Amino acid sequence: MFRFSIIKILRAIITMWLVMTFVFVVLRATGDPVEQLLPDDAEPAVLDFYRKQWGLDQPLHIQYIRYLQALSQGDFGISFKNNLPALELIVERIPKTAILGGAATLLGLLFGIPLGIIAAVRKNTWFDRLVMSFAVFGFSMPNFFLGILLIILFSLNLRWLPSSGSDTIWHLIMPVITLGTAFGASIARYTRSSMIDVLNKPYMLTAASKGAARQRRTYLHALPNAALPLVTIIGLKMGEILGGAVVTETVFAWPGLGRLLVVSVATRDLAVVQCILMLIALTMVMANLAVDIIYGCLDPRINVRSSKSRN
Amino acid sequence: MEQLSTTTTTTRFQLLNISRYFNKLPRLPFIIWLCSTFLLIVAIVTLFGPLLMPYSYEQIDLLARLAPPVLLEGANPEHLLGTDKLGRDTLSRLIVATRTSAALALLGTIFGAILGIVLGFVAAHHRGATDEVISTLIDFQAAMPYFIIALAILAFMGNSMVVFLTLMGLYGWEKYARITRGLVLSAKEHGYALAQKALGAPPGRTYLRHIFPNILSPLIVQMTINLPETILFETSLSFLGLGIRPPMTSLGQMIGEGRDYLVSAWWLAVVPGSVIFLTTLSVSIVGDAIRSRLDPALQD
Repeated sequence: MFRFSIIKILRAIITMWLVMTFVFVVLRATGDPVEQLLPDDAEPAVLDFYRKQWGLDQPLHIQYIRYLQALSQGDFGISFKNNLPALELIVERIPKTAILGGAATLLGLLFGIPLGIIAAVRKNTWFDRLVMSFAVFGFSMPNFFLGILLIILFSLNLRWLPSSGSDTIWHLIMPVITLGTAFGASIARYTRSSMIDVLNKPYMLTAASKGAARQRRTYLHALPNAALPLVTIIGLKMGEILGGAVVTETVFAWPGLGRLLVVSVATRDLAVVQCILMLIALTMVMANLAVDIIYGCLDPRINVRSSKSRN
Repeated sequence: MEQLSTTTTTTRFQLLNISRYFNKLPRLPFIIWLCSTFLLIVAIVTLFGPLLMPYSYEQIDLLARLAPPVLLEGANPEHLLGTDKLGRDTLSRLIVATRTSAALALLGTIFGAILGIVLGFVAAHHRGATDEVISTLIDFQAAMPYFIIALAILAFMGNSMVVFLTLMGLYGWEKYARITRGLVLSAKEHGYALAQKALGAPPGRTYLRHIFPNILSPLIVQMTINLPETILFETSLSFLGLGIRPPMTSLGQMIGEGRDYLVSAWWLAVVPGSVIFLTTLSVSIVGDAIRSRLDPALQD
């Protein structure tokens, strides 16, 4: 278990290093970073000043080491839109996105897992078909369109909910539904197939033949085994939640990281974009690390050897 | 040896036996017919769009701004689906937008599939360091949210058509690469591939003529999953104003523009949104049907 965690942590560090290197290479491959990082109308003297300050007159390998040093110390540069350190701007926005993403994940799990379990137990009944139709609906529906339909219905026609902002709990409802529906749909689908897989295992037959009640079999024998692949899926889906948050925050003018990212991309505020990218990479790396370690704890059969032989 | 020859003849080109599918057509469920018909309409619009357009999609008519579609109060019978903020005909714009979005999604899916399949073959053939590099890239791409990476690249490199097309093409390659790599590795050990090798066939021939047709089904299944995702990827970027931009138009871009008129002209966002939703829904449903036909074990 210890070796397993160490290797996973090493891989996480390598992934972060890859992301940093990727940004370094992309920024330099497309021309002079100073010209890209500063506004178009900056004076040549200003460009020279920053070129010196950022060490861009140095050889590439020294630049690279300095760049990694700066990032590891949390120095992501200055946003030119409001002259604040990029990190400061972003830290301010984190709680909003965390609330939205957390609530959407919770909504997806609260609906997806029970629906998936019941659909699996009642395979091929009307309930199963209903859940599967909901699942197909969920991931065919573009989240920006779902958000717009919700706004038209609940804000413009019924006037029940506010269409933008983040001041009260009422502001949270529509963005969370918009972001959580696709996630809930895929969780329902994965739970169902994972449960069906487990329900067909010989040990389920053994449990039934020794007289265990159906409820007991479903929740004590089948569910823990079906939960294993689900943990992986939930970890992988965190990226989709983050990507979805970008669109959802734009639709509902939710002042989180996603909205900031879109605005920064449109105005090419690269210091901010770079910082958000690092933060999201870190989040994903941590999520995957957590999934790997939880998985390792849940299933002692998983060890380094089996994770090495990918197929 | 007897066994070897039977595997080759029964599995090779099984998929390409089209007549088998035509025989089964009339027994398809109604919903599949409905979805296929819708997709056929989208295909016709994509192929013959300009012939079907009543107006140019850029033709401005400020006297007929924000006209509602027919059947709604105050509709202008000359514009079936109404007009937008500049009085441009929504139906004509919808046709152009559907064309752009469908073409981009198809190109993106096909390009990603080719790239992934080739890299999967390369990794499985060379093993060793090449395999390690490709596998690390696969893991990396799978671990990072591509949508956000794409946004960052659009910021770093500027939003040009070339960058956008490249991003579309790179979407989802890692899934094909992973599947191909795994399948080729196991297929290489199968009797028919070993027999080819023993008979002295060059590796390229074995891969292309023998292994590839055998692993085609799961790859086609992956394409049916990937296509709706690519549609959503392109429309999301264009919706944010970071993909297809005016004067060109795509379904996502139309919704992005229509979003500002939800109070006065809700149809400007709802009409293109419905087209996206119905397209991804149809592809998913038809894809599911193809999937269960190609591989009954995948049904659950």
